[in-house]
Amino acid sequence: MVFSLENNTQRVGKLGKTKFTKNSVKLRIKLCETLCPVMLKQTQMQTSRKLIDIISSKWMLLCLLLCLVLPLAIGTGLVLKSLPLLKTHSLGKLITSSNWSPSDGQFGFWPFIVGSLLVTAIALIICIPLCLLASIYLTQFAPKWVLKFMRPVIDILAGIPSVVYGVWGVIVVVPFVGETLAPRFHVDSLGYSILAGGLVLAVMSIPYILNMLLEVFRQIPVELSEASLSLGATKWETIKHVFLRKGRPGIFSAFGLGFSKALGETMAVLMVVGNVAQLPHSVFDAGYTLPALIANNYGEMMSIPSYDSALMFGALLLFVIIIAINIVSRYIIYKAELV
Amino acid sequence: MTLRRKLEEKFFHALSALFALFIVFVLVHIIWSIFQKGISALSWQMVSQEPKGGFYLGKEGGILNAIAGSFYLAIASTILAFIISLPVALFMNIYLIKYKRTLTGIRFFLDVLWGVPSIVYGAFGFVILIYLGMKTSLGAGIITVAVMIAPIMIRAMDEVLKTIPIGLQEAAYALGSTKTETAYKIFFRQALPGFATAVLLAFGRGIGDAASVLFTTGFTDYVPQKLSDPAATLPLSIFFQLGSPYDEVQSRAYASAIILIFIVLVISISARLLSGAGKSRK
Repeated sequence: MVFSLENNTQRVGKLGKTKFTKNSVKLRIKLCETLCPVMLKQTQMQTSRKLIDIISSKWMLLCLLLCLVLPLAIGTGLVLKSLPLLKTHSLGKLITSSNWSPSDGQFGFWPFIVGSLLVTAIALIICIPLCLLASIYLTQFAPKWVLKFMRPVIDILAGIPSVVYGVWGVIVVVPFVGETLAPRFHVDSLGYSILAGGLVLAVMSIPYILNMLLEVFRQIPVELSEASLSLGATKWETIKHVFLRKGRPGIFSAFGLGFSKALGETMAVLMVVGNVAQLPHSVFDAGYTLPALIANNYGEMMSIPSYDSALMFGALLLFVIIIAINIVSRYIIYKAELV
Repeated sequence: MTLRRKLEEKFFHALSALFALFIVFVLVHIIWSIFQKGISALSWQMVSQEPKGGFYLGKEGGILNAIAGSFYLAIASTILAFIISLPVALFMNIYLIKYKRTLTGIRFFLDVLWGVPSIVYGAFGFVILIYLGMKTSLGAGIITVAVMIAPIMIRAMDEVLKTIPIGLQEAAYALGSTKTETAYKIFFRQALPGFATAVLLAFGRGIGDAASVLFTTGFTDYVPQKLSDPAATLPLSIFFQLGSPYDEVQSRAYASAIILIFIVLVISISARLLSGAGKSRK
């Protein structure tokens, strides 16, 4: 820097017509020398700010990519781990066989798939009309304060850990199924059954589905209902013919998401469903679900050959089904929002 | 005809109101029935002591190990998830704000990730553990839970950042600030109350989740001292105690459930208060 400065003053001295006294040149040099660090510092600051910007934006991008890669990593991890099982058993047989005895090397996932589907179906059959009507009430009929009051209620329900729902299931739902419902249908049941799992799951799904339905109904423009009401339709007719039709994609995808949520639920179901690896004959029978299977056997899976591989295959199955349902449901929502 | 219409209207009005009421009833019933069962076993000893010998046979002790483990796990994983989530959420709303299609794609993707059940994350964490040859530990649990709650946190933050008008961004650029400065000094501050809610949401999910830590943190009767120790968590502790055939232990499980409900209630109420405070400030 100093070198180039000297050069500069020499050049100025040669080219300029005005004569430079030694003193004025010295003065100029001094001026430059005092100014330079300030300018230098400024450019340094500029570059350091730029540098921080570049580094931080790269870091942000990296974090984003990390998140995007995550499901791929989950998928490949589970596939790699379940490959040993798939090598010795055919995929079709694994899914459709109902013979589950890990110590003999028999891994049939059918009872668990049926159990999971049954529990989820019961939950949704109860949950769908309940949430639909409750969300209609809260958005259409009720005064504003009711919705205001209900929001924290829904939040708290959504925030309650699944293990607490499980405890409640054990205290309330299991005796209810075993002592009240089963005798009425003339069946013997301990209460730990598919039905109990479905009931607990129904309660757990309420806040999740209800929240989405509230959102769906909120997004329907007021003009539509005003038009219908001004034509003389009652409020219920407006809901039936306008809201349910307009909100149909949203409602369907809410149920789709609720389904996938219920399918993946582990602890609460594990605690009340009975955990017997059999094909259930009625809803009062004990059953077993895929997530419960994985959660219940993690302790012993290392001791039996290809057991861990089988459990990871179960996780993979769950992952693939749920991702597929989620993608379809979310796609419907996004499409409805964009239109 | 009109009578039928009126009746239909009245009927569905009443029915839907009944269903809405039923939901409140369910919440009250859950809390009340667990309270009733567990209140007798709830004592200071429960929350202040580690399980002593024979705790699971109905002898002395408490569940301090589980409470401490749960808090360590949830706090650490929330911090870790925050470190990952904040840059992603800011990146989406500052750098990608012009690329609407990409942005929609990423949001879609995160929403799908949200749906992945925690047991799958647990299994995945387990696969990684085996691959690395590690044992179940607090550290592994923290990472698993952080990975699980990160998508939730990102989406919640994203929803907050979405509401910040683009004019603010333009004004910051006009004054010569870089994108990073805009992100961390302006957007971050603007969205702070909303972020607090997002963090609390994720924290609540982290503290209540059992399936993902089942494989990765293990279980122990001691308060974990370092990251490589196994750790107990409150939900798992409840689960194990409930599986005991002894009545004392079972009622302790209910008492533990009360503690867990209490923690979750505090979190969700403070989240609501915070978001309310954020709204009133605007």
